[in-house]
Amino acid sequence: MTVVIEAAPARHGLLRYAATKAGGALLSIAMVVVATFFLFRMLPGDPVRALAVGRNMTPEQLDLERARLGLDKSIPEQFLHFVGQTLRFDLGTSYEYKRPVLDLIGERIGPTLLLTGTALVLAVSLGIWQGARAGWKPGSRFDRFSTAISLVLWSVPTFWLGLLLLMVFAAGIGPIPGLFPTRGISSVDAPDGFGYVLDVAQHMVLPCLTLVAVVYAQYLLVMRSSVLDEVEQDYITTARAKGLKDDDIRRRHAVPNALLPTVTLVFMRIGFVVGGAVTVEAIFSWPGLGQLFYEAIRVPDFTLMQGTFLLITVSVILMNTLADVIYHVLDPRVRSV
Amino acid sequence: MSNLAWVRRQRSVQRFWRDFRTHKAGMTGLVVLAVAVVLALVAPLFIDSGVTNVVSGTGAKLAPPSWDYPLGTDESGRSVLLMIWWGSRTSLLIGFLAALLSMVIGTVLGIAAGHFRGWAGAIVLRVTDWFLVLPSLVTALVLAAILGGSTATIIIAIGVTSWPSTARLIRAQTLAVEARPYIERSLALGAGHWHITTRHVLPNVAPLLLASTTLEVASAIVTESTLAFLGVSANKTSWGTMLRGSYDWGAATAGAWWYILIPGLCIVAVVMAFTLCGRALETVLNPRLRTRAAR
Repeated sequence: MTVVIEAAPARHGLLRYAATKAGGALLSIAMVVVATFFLFRMLPGDPVRALAVGRNMTPEQLDLERARLGLDKSIPEQFLHFVGQTLRFDLGTSYEYKRPVLDLIGERIGPTLLLTGTALVLAVSLGIWQGARAGWKPGSRFDRFSTAISLVLWSVPTFWLGLLLLMVFAAGIGPIPGLFPTRGISSVDAPDGFGYVLDVAQHMVLPCLTLVAVVYAQYLLVMRSSVLDEVEQDYITTARAKGLKDDDIRRRHAVPNALLPTVTLVFMRIGFVVGGAVTVEAIFSWPGLGQLFYEAIRVPDFTLMQGTFLLITVSVILMNTLADVIYHVLDPRVRSV
Repeated sequence: MSNLAWVRRQRSVQRFWRDFRTHKAGMTGLVVLAVAVVLALVAPLFIDSGVTNVVSGTGAKLAPPSWDYPLGTDESGRSVLLMIWWGSRTSLLIGFLAALLSMVIGTVLGIAAGHFRGWAGAIVLRVTDWFLVLPSLVTALVLAAILGGSTATIIIAIGVTSWPSTARLIRAQTLAVEARPYIERSLALGAGHWHITTRHVLPNVAPLLLASTTLEVASAIVTESTLAFLGVSANKTSWGTMLRGSYDWGAATAGAWWYILIPGLCIVAVVMAFTLCGRALETVLNPRLRTRAAR
């Protein structure tokens, strides 16, 4: 058996790694574009007729619509046209709104970033804090309580939790009055300035709470198990032998090392958060991307659905790639492999 | 020879059952599951799909629980209890079949990715990773919306979007199994791809597959209810479509808590039962976890 000792070209290696990952991401995105094209051509029957359901359209109008969508051309021609359009960020025009899909997405992206961003920060901090405490003393009361909580939250469907919160805190039940608004991002009569911020914050409490509850359980479990792995390491024993306080060992030795897999997981599972955001936005009528996608499915408005689907998948792929590269930068152990 | 293998297998099943019985949570899950499945199976002996018929509702609209309607009524005066009972059939059926589909795809591709070295395995792995990254709920929604909502398309939509994690698990396991010396012996004796994968790899990954399938059913049931709630579902009564109804008819603002609470609790109970079972199976079947639990 030969032992290969690899020289570690630090900077150069990282660039090459990032380039490989970026190439992989581009390939994935290309696969998404191709898959989207064929997926949306799988629609049973004539897409134009399906789109025209419930609208009074003459055969001439239908033909015109077909020509406008390029459906009178052959599949390869249609494909090239679709790829060209997508590369120019032209996602077509929504049937429901009669406006370019890209404009609609632009309007809705702010609220989504606000909601998911806030929820993610809260869920990650809470999950890491609780997971670290639970994993440090496995089998303790706190640990058992945390595991039970996350198991329950794991089993609860996002939308049902949202419905419950809606029923108890927005509609009010029995002696509890309705504390929070049931829908939207702001009231019609919201004041300007700081008052507006407060109004939005009040609207955000329930959707944010739902999203946090659903995603934080898995952060907790991963943080717990990676702290559990660290507890058995030699350097922890060394730290104990040095006579460091238990809290200090946890905070300054175990947690930083255990943090890495957890933080990567946050990025890796971003698709899960996106799914949760769609559900939460649908329930609370939060005017974000998720609700736009949900409306596209309800109508159904296939151009809008296709555009939002493309955007969501591509952003998820980019986030994953970013996570890969960051992990590589942060963890020298991965680099040496 | 085969007799010896049979005895050995029987013994390992007995040992497995003895281990599993010591897991209180797993046993609780198993009992809940058995009750739910039996109830779903015997439902046609007592009621039929008539209980979900909109026009045949006999009670008042959104009436609270009473002697005649133990769990209240919905917006058309149908009994929530009977709807839950009948709806459990759809929810469980979709959960089981979607998980099964996901397992079959995941196992075949996982073993292929692990067994075939070179470009074939690399391509399968690449496709798996691509599916793994896709936001599964969003993809399932699009699939269901495009294919139209029937029970079969919902099963396909869930199965096609949930297999990648199984494939990765099975691939890792396949690699581990194929590194063992007896595979080399088998190869030397002239075993082909088919023999190695079906006679050596598959039996070795089967226990893990069982645990993973159990967990998969849980998430398939949640996905089914979410798809139904978001409006792409088979037009059959399931726990998800009931919750959709409660949302559409404003049960939350009307204070009809039974209409929201009961179907959701059913989902949580069944999903938790599957999860507890799956985790117990994992602990029993995975020696690494077993030693950790014992400590």
